[in-house]
Amino acid sequence: MIRDHFRVLVVDLATGRGSVVSVEGRDAVAGGSGLAAMLFAKYGRADKPWDDPAQPLIFTIGPLTGYFPLMSKTVCAFKSPYHDHYAESHAGGRSALSLRFADLDGLVIIGRAEKPSCVVVGSRRLEVREAHYLWGMDLQTTGKTLRRMFPGSGHRSILRIGPAGEQGSAMACINVDTNRHFGRLGAGAVMGAKRLKGIVILGDGIFPLPETKEYPKLFQEVYRKLTDTDMMDKYHNLGTPINVAVLNGIRALPIRNLQQTSDDATDGITGERFADDTLLRHMACAGCPVGCIHVGFVREKFMEPNQYLYRQVPYDHEPIFAVGSMLGMTDAFKVLALIDAVDKQGLDVMSAGVALAWATEALEKGILSENETLVPLKFGDEQTYRQAMQHLATGANEFYRLLGQGTMKAAAYYGGTEFACVLGQEMGGYATGEVFFVSQALGFRHSHLDSSGYSYDQKHTDKNVGDAVGFLVRDERERVFLTSMVACLFARGVYSEAVLADCLRSVGYSTLAENIAAVSNSIQKLRWKTRLATGFDPRAVTIPKRFTEITTWKGKVDEGYLAALKEEYARRILEMGREDQG
Amino acid sequence: MERCIGCHSCSLACARLVHKHLSWDTAGIRIASSGGLSTGFEARTCLACNPAPCALACPTGAYSQRQGGGVIVKKNLCIRCGRCAEACPVDAIYLDATAEPFVCIHCGRCVPFCPHDCLEMAKTAGEPGEREGAQEVAS
Repeated sequence: MIRDHFRVLVVDLATGRGSVVSVEGRDAVAGGSGLAAMLFAKYGRADKPWDDPAQPLIFTIGPLTGYFPLMSKTVCAFKSPYHDHYAESHAGGRSALSLRFADLDGLVIIGRAEKPSCVVVGSRRLEVREAHYLWGMDLQTTGKTLRRMFPGSGHRSILRIGPAGEQGSAMACINVDTNRHFGRLGAGAVMGAKRLKGIVILGDGIFPLPETKEYPKLFQEVYRKLTDTDMMDKYHNLGTPINVAVLNGIRALPIRNLQQTSDDATDGITGERFADDTLLRHMACAGCPVGCIHVGFVREKFMEPNQYLYRQVPYDHEPIFAVGSMLGMTDAFKVLALIDAVDKQGLDVMSAGVALAWATEALEKGILSENETLVPLKFGDEQTYRQAMQHLATGANEFYRLLGQGTMKAAAYYGGTEFACVLGQEMGGYATGEVFFVSQALGFRHSHLDSSGYSYDQKHTDKNVGDAVGFLVRDERERVFLTSMVACLFARGVYSEAVLADCLRSVGYSTLAENIAAVSNSIQKLRWKTRLATGFDPRAVTIPKRFTEITTWKGKVDEGYLAALKEEYARRILEMGREDQG
Repeated sequence: MERCIGCHSCSLACARLVHKHLSWDTAGIRIASSGGLSTGFEARTCLACNPAPCALACPTGAYSQRQGGGVIVKKNLCIRCGRCAEACPVDAIYLDATAEPFVCIHCGRCVPFCPHDCLEMAKTAGEPGEREGAQEVAS
């Protein structure tokens, strides 16, 4: 629904009641990332820990969600158990369109339920239902049970956590509609701390279309651009796993805890190999014709003779790198089996894979023993990693409980910080060089999606600190407006500032359309201000030695350049987040 | 429909272009997962019955038999009784909160929005060379 304010539903789990709140600020913060930061200022407590019952779990969409293709993502914001700072995680599935059709620009969940519960919201519905019987269930069983409990196939979104979220792991994700995730920085633990096992969003509202002449024409044009361009080929065909071979070819693929950046054995886990051998089908987020979700399969013999079960498993570059090359796995089916094992437990696959890669090397070096790891972790040993994933998710002993709070926390206690592949959080799948390392280590989400530092590394051999950091800041500013819409970042090539302005104007947000540059700037500052207020100090970030030991296509990583980039980026972040900034 | 990726572009296009709504419900074609996402998707759309049970059930003539199957809809005659939706054997008619029915009119405007070629316009059997309206959306 087009409106000049935000319609936000605030649900208090302690009372089981909610209230619909009108929040002003559409022209100032747009929606998505901007709205989430504003809602955290309103409902969050910077001075209280992440698991304080009063802390909000925030979901927001943008002004164009549902009105244009690929405006199909939701921002989840919370105080993170990983670092106790304000954080964002993004996901698609049907969550964004379901919120749109539930007539909500934002959903804020506060309080802690007395017993494990689930929440259902819709355009004409709010219910907090006690559901103790769901506690302890894995993600897949939880999803199936919630589907039975709340009918509405196809036009609803089901968010849920697994055992990892229940036990407060900082690597716990929120699963969205089976194949997508609010993966990083521990959003699942925030749900767990609230004793909230699932959220069902019923997209049951119907709205009139914008009455402008431009809207239908523009929709057609944008749709054509998004489906005619090479996007369909890039993201639909092999999808992001195409990166495995590309990065391996330029010596930028993290392998065996980043002990290597290239290995011919990774031929077994390339995007081409996954497509040829394992790909069952593609899927899409609601409202996106690109269909970038690649679904493979695992088949397991569970009994003799010839008794099999099979499961469908989504894959992307990041999971393949994290539980594939980082763990020395060279077989696509084994990688899928590991992705499946991690996902069932409700762990973030990237963090879990990188954490176990560190643990494997630490065990090799004698820093850890099997007393800690419980199983003899070994690169390439799928069965052992499957057991370790379960230990990590359930916090089987003190070691796994600490590792679940972050690899660096475990390394600080046991030793081995120098080879912990942590850049703010467990690294993404790009060992491209100095700019990416700094961009993830200091970036707002500690994600390769904050800005395309990994791309900058691949295009620049010069070492101009000002240019590189200027690029990171500018690129983040552009992306933060997209994540306030909330567009899938795969569409960034089509949704230029001019196209976004046309789109906003065509549905009635003329003021916002005229002020994109200024609004982007102020959202960027607002987000940093919020992050800094919760304790982030970019000057305190360290980049482990392992990142300086590798060699990429550009040669050995330059420690001096890395340090200079870090210092300059930290300075710019502090400048953006200063209290007196907009 | 085995090719469907669940993007809902067809439903959104129908609601947008035919019914002037932003919706994935008020559409002549609606996508649902067939028993959870792991088993794929199905389209709820008119199968062009002839005779059409919904037209037979309609007490006011708002729904009448369309040549070649399906129905011709005259909304101004509809009294929102919902009998059409009850009569449809495949749940192809959506009733909104006021019981206004929405059904496929076989116009084919959803077809170009399917990125996976799940949908096509097909000539209705027995009506070779008929006007465009005699075509139907197959899924």
